[in-house]
Amino acid sequence: MARKQKRSWGALLTIIPFWVLILGAYVGTMIWTVFISLTSSRMLPSTTFVGLTQYRRLFATDRWNIAVHNIVIYGALLMTLCLVIGFLMAVMLDSRIRAEDTVRTIVLYPYAMSFIVTGLIWQWIMNPTVGIEKAVHDFGRTGFSFDWLVTSDKAIYALVLAGVWQASGLITALMLAGLRGIDQEIWKAARVDGIPTWRVYVSIVLPMMRPTVVTAVVLMSLSVIKAYDLVVALTGGGPGLSTDVPAKFIMDFFFERTNIGLATAACTVLLAFVLVFFTPWFYFEYFREKKGNRS
Amino acid sequence: MTSAVINETHPRGPRPSRLTAGRAGVYAFVVVSCLFFLMPLYIMVVTSFKTQDEIRMSQIFALPRNFTVAPWIEAWSSACTGVSCDGLKVGFVNSVTITVPAVILSILAGAILGYSLSLWRTKGSNLLFGLLLAGAFLPYQIFIYPLVRVYAYVSLYGTLFNIITVHVIFGLPVMTLLFRNYFASVPIELFKAARVDGAGFWRIFISIMLPLSTPMVIVAVILQVTGIWNDFLLGTVFAGQTHWPMTVQLNNIVNTTQGTRAYNVDMAATILTAAVPLIIYFVSGRWFVRGIAAGAVKG
Repeated sequence: MARKQKRSWGALLTIIPFWVLILGAYVGTMIWTVFISLTSSRMLPSTTFVGLTQYRRLFATDRWNIAVHNIVIYGALLMTLCLVIGFLMAVMLDSRIRAEDTVRTIVLYPYAMSFIVTGLIWQWIMNPTVGIEKAVHDFGRTGFSFDWLVTSDKAIYALVLAGVWQASGLITALMLAGLRGIDQEIWKAARVDGIPTWRVYVSIVLPMMRPTVVTAVVLMSLSVIKAYDLVVALTGGGPGLSTDVPAKFIMDFFFERTNIGLATAACTVLLAFVLVFFTPWFYFEYFREKKGNRS
Repeated sequence: MTSAVINETHPRGPRPSRLTAGRAGVYAFVVVSCLFFLMPLYIMVVTSFKTQDEIRMSQIFALPRNFTVAPWIEAWSSACTGVSCDGLKVGFVNSVTITVPAVILSILAGAILGYSLSLWRTKGSNLLFGLLLAGAFLPYQIFIYPLVRVYAYVSLYGTLFNIITVHVIFGLPVMTLLFRNYFASVPIELFKAARVDGAGFWRIFISIMLPLSTPMVIVAVILQVTGIWNDFLLGTVFAGQTHWPMTVQLNNIVNTTQGTRAYNVDMAATILTAAVPLIIYFVSGRWFVRGIAAGAVKG
């Protein structure tokens, strides 16, 4: 769109408030947060510069290290499961099954609901005294145990289960769109060569869907980093600290423990992480010249 | 229905699916997955119609024997949130008063900004867009504390104005993205012709671009209503106790209760909170999927 343009006062006057808003609300607040993390702020903000002391304190805080450890496990399991389920589901839906629309609707509806709702439903289902465990016991299998929610070393899996339930529909929808975008000619070619269907999926289709998989991974990892609501509703971070996550750590230190210095340091760590890992993808996705417009 | 029949009715299928066993496997997988996705909804609904005694006696999958709507009434009008016992209706009203203006304002702002970024391209358009997108990708925690301070400084912290404007600020990236891409796909000749005829920035926006963008507005409404309705984080921080949205009230009702938990009331309350986005989802169908694809994924 390289064209000469007369200056328009309307355009200029409209864009200025947006510049102010975005510079203030995004850039300004971000710099402010980073700045606080370099000061000796605790309960009240201070302007005494202390360098990286807050970061040293943060990395020495057990709770933070546990939260990071938890989010890595949660993220890895959630993404793997969602990708596998999403891809399988998309392949099934793509193979001309009956009632495709109904299945799609069923798979995706959890995604329309709030994380709070998801958390509360699963809290009820996984409650050992009234939920599935009791149902199976009543059925006669008293040896059965499904106590993830109340067991420290399994609570994170409860979080994963609820997360997968909510998010795999989205991944299915993405994968299906990716599958439908693939040239159908490869199927004819594969048939001529007598290659079995599953082989075509694994060796040809999956590699062709790389951009879709990358998008899915980026989307999921961003939502993993933001994970807060689901944890609050499902486990409240417990038992103990077994499902604590960085986003919850930050919120607690801002508003309950009121240790602003530590909270902003944690914010800055998240910020740095997102910038380092996602800027390249981000740049390619949004600013590279594209073949056409998609919407 | 056997797979042989399916193959005969679709002889030109995209790939050979001769294997009956494979076909059966496909259906088994699909059915099991659907059950997994539907099971929580089923449990929620049946639990909400049971009495407390029945919940203790029967098991979670059983249908209600003494069908009752009392839990629904209690959830709506008298459940306790830890602060008061007026039920979820307070949260519902709050969510509506937050969502309606926030949706309208954020879509309007996104449409205007998307329009100027795609068609007018003033200096620094790409930089502005890049900064804006950062807002969509970074965790809100990074911006929250300074925003609290700013709103508190002008004595607007914890007000309706606060929560609505915060939703507009954080809704702006995706809304702008949506409209920027849409307006970029409008034939440029249309824009040029209007310019030649002497139409200015606002004239072109109101008379040409806005009427053209009805489909995007529908997608934007779906995205924003579900997004803002489902928000919890911004609501807890910025809305203030008197304006806490439904999600926050729901979490308080369920997670702060002392003593015996009324699971039937909890489940009724959960369904009530999920109702608005679910209705939108089931009514809008493919529009919803389009919204996800346009807003969350594509550049």
